[in-house]
Amino acid sequence: MGSTSLAVGRGEVFGFLGPNGAGKTTTISILCTLVRKTAGEAYVAGTEVDRDPSEVRRRIGLVFQDPSLDDQLTARENLELHGQIYGVPSALRKQRIDELLQVVELADRASSQVRTFSGGMKRRLEIARGVLHHPQVLFLDEPTLGLDPQTRKHIWSYLQDVRKREGITLFMTTHYMDEAEFCDRIAIIDHGKIVALGSPSELKAKVGGDVVTVTTGDSRATAMEIAERFGMTALVDNGSLRIEVPDGAAFLPRLVRELTVPVQTVALSRPSLDDVFLKLTGHAIRSEGSDFDKAMMRNMGRIMGRGPRR
Amino acid sequence: MTAAARRATITAPSPQGAIGGFLRAVYIVWWRDVIRYGRDRVRLAASLAQPLLYLVIFGSGLSASLGAGFAGASGMSYTQFMYPGIISMAILFTSIFAAMGIVWDREFGFLKELLVAPIERSAIAVGKALGGATQAIFQGAILLVLAPLVGVSLTVTSALLLLGFMAALAFGLSAMGVAIAARMRSMQGFQMVMNFLMMPMFFLSGALFPLVGLPGWMTVLTRLDPASYGIDPIRRTLLGEPAERLALTIGDQPVPILAEVGVMLVFGIVMLAIAARSFQQRD
Repeated sequence: MGSTSLAVGRGEVFGFLGPNGAGKTTTISILCTLVRKTAGEAYVAGTEVDRDPSEVRRRIGLVFQDPSLDDQLTARENLELHGQIYGVPSALRKQRIDELLQVVELADRASSQVRTFSGGMKRRLEIARGVLHHPQVLFLDEPTLGLDPQTRKHIWSYLQDVRKREGITLFMTTHYMDEAEFCDRIAIIDHGKIVALGSPSELKAKVGGDVVTVTTGDSRATAMEIAERFGMTALVDNGSLRIEVPDGAAFLPRLVRELTVPVQTVALSRPSLDDVFLKLTGHAIRSEGSDFDKAMMRNMGRIMGRGPRR
Repeated sequence: MTAAARRATITAPSPQGAIGGFLRAVYIVWWRDVIRYGRDRVRLAASLAQPLLYLVIFGSGLSASLGAGFAGASGMSYTQFMYPGIISMAILFTSIFAAMGIVWDREFGFLKELLVAPIERSAIAVGKALGGATQAIFQGAILLVLAPLVGVSLTVTSALLLLGFMAALAFGLSAMGVAIAARMRSMQGFQMVMNFLMMPMFFLSGALFPLVGLPGWMTVLTRLDPASYGIDPIRRTLLGEPAERLALTIGDQPVPILAEVGVMLVFGIVMLAIAARSFQQRD
C-alpha cells in the first residue's frame, strides 16, 4: 500500500473502487484487525486498530470476499454460533436471529444445512450474520462477487434495508462500477493509492459533464440556435447533435422548451464511473494478471457469466 | 429496543469477566466440533471400520502365524494384546483428523469468522483440542464395547479408569494435532503429517507389538513416542497381569501408570501452549 488517508462518516455508505490487486482487501484486512499495518494509524469507531484489536472486533461486522459460513451447520446454527461468539445475550439473540432471517428472506430455510444453499442465499446469510451483533461498521469485501446480476440487485436491496434499520456505516470494496453507484462516496484506488475521492456524481463531473444528443429536421439551424441561445458548441455527429453540458438533467428540459426547431429525438447520457476510472488512471478496470488466476479459481461463475470486465 | 440500545447491551463488558469470556469461546468452538461430528455419519462409520478391519484381519492373521508361541510366552492371545492398541489407533487417528479440520476451516473460510471475533485466539486452540479429544474418546468408547468379543472382561471401575486414560491420550494427541494444524496453510501438508508423523507414531507406540527386547535405537524411539505413554495404561488396565509383564520400561524399570498419564498430560499442555501461541500471532 502506498500512502492513503481518508475519513468515513457515521452512517455513510463508502465504497473502495479499484481493480484486483489495488490494495482494497489489504485495507479492509487492516481495518478489521486481520493484518497488522506497517505504518500509519487507523481508527475504527473511535479505536486505533492495532492498539485495541478486540475492542474494534466487537464493534464491526464483516462480510468476506469468500464465504466463511460453516456449511455443515444450518442457517440458524451459523447465526446462533456468531451471536454466542459476540456475546449477544440469549433472549436478544433468539429475537434478533428470527428478525434477520426475515429480513434476508431465509426464514423458511432456517433449519437447512448451509451446504444446500445457492451462492446468493449464502451471501444473504452472511450479511445477516455480519449485522447480528449490532456493529457500528459493516465491512463488505466484494459482497456480490460471483453472483448473477439479478441476485446482486437483490443483495443491494437487502443491504439498503439493513442500513436503514440499523443506522450503520457500510464500508465496502468492489470492482463493479454499477455497484459503486449505490455508495454515498467512493474512493478510487489504484496501485495502493487513492486517486480520487467523492460522491459518484462529483467524480463523474470530473469527466466534463453529461452528453445530450438531439436530432431535428435541420441540424445546421439547430446548431446555430444552440450557439446563440445557450452559448454552447454543438457537434454535428452522424445526423444528430452532441452537446456536452455540466448538468444534463437541468439542461435538457430547457433545451426542448426553448428550441424553435422541432425536436425529433433527444437523449441524455451520463459519463459512467468506467469513464472516470479510465480518465484518472489511464487504464480500464480489469483483473490484473497475477490475480486473475486466483479470481478465476475462486469464481468460475463470474468469469463464465459476465466475461472479464473491461 | 432500538438498535442503539441493543448495541449498548451487546458491547457492554461481559459480566463474567475475562475468564468467563475465554471459557465461553472455548465452549463455542467445542460445541461446533461436536455438532459437526454427530452430523457426519459417513466419517463416523469409516473411522470405526478401519480399526475393526485391523482387529479382525490383522489380529486373526497374526494370531494364526504367531500361534501358541505368543500366547504361551505372554499369557494372552495376540488379538487380545492388539485390542488396546486398536482402541488407541482409533483415538490417534480421530484426534489428528479432527485437528486437521482447522486447515480445512482455513481453506474454506470459516476460520476467519473465528479469527476476527472478539475472543481470545488461544480459546480457539483450546476449544479445538477439546473438540478433537471428545470425538476421539467417543470413538474409543465405542470400541470398548467390543471387549467381550475378544475375551476381555470389564468392570465399572476399569471402564471408568479406561475412559480417563483414553481422555489423557486423546487430549495429548489432539493438542499436538492443533499445534501442527495451526501452522499448516493447505491440505497438501496433510499427506506429510500422515506418512511422517501419524504412521510412525502408531507403529512405535506398542500398539502392534510389545516394546520389549527391541534393538537399542528402536527402544529409544519408542520411549520418545508420546503415544507409548498413552497406550500402556490402557493395555495394563484392560488385560491386567499378562500386560503388566510387557509394560513400558525405562532402564529396566516399569513406568508407573500415574507417571505415564502425567507424561501424556504434560505433553498435551505443552502442545496446547504452542498451538495457542501460533493462533495469537497475526498474519
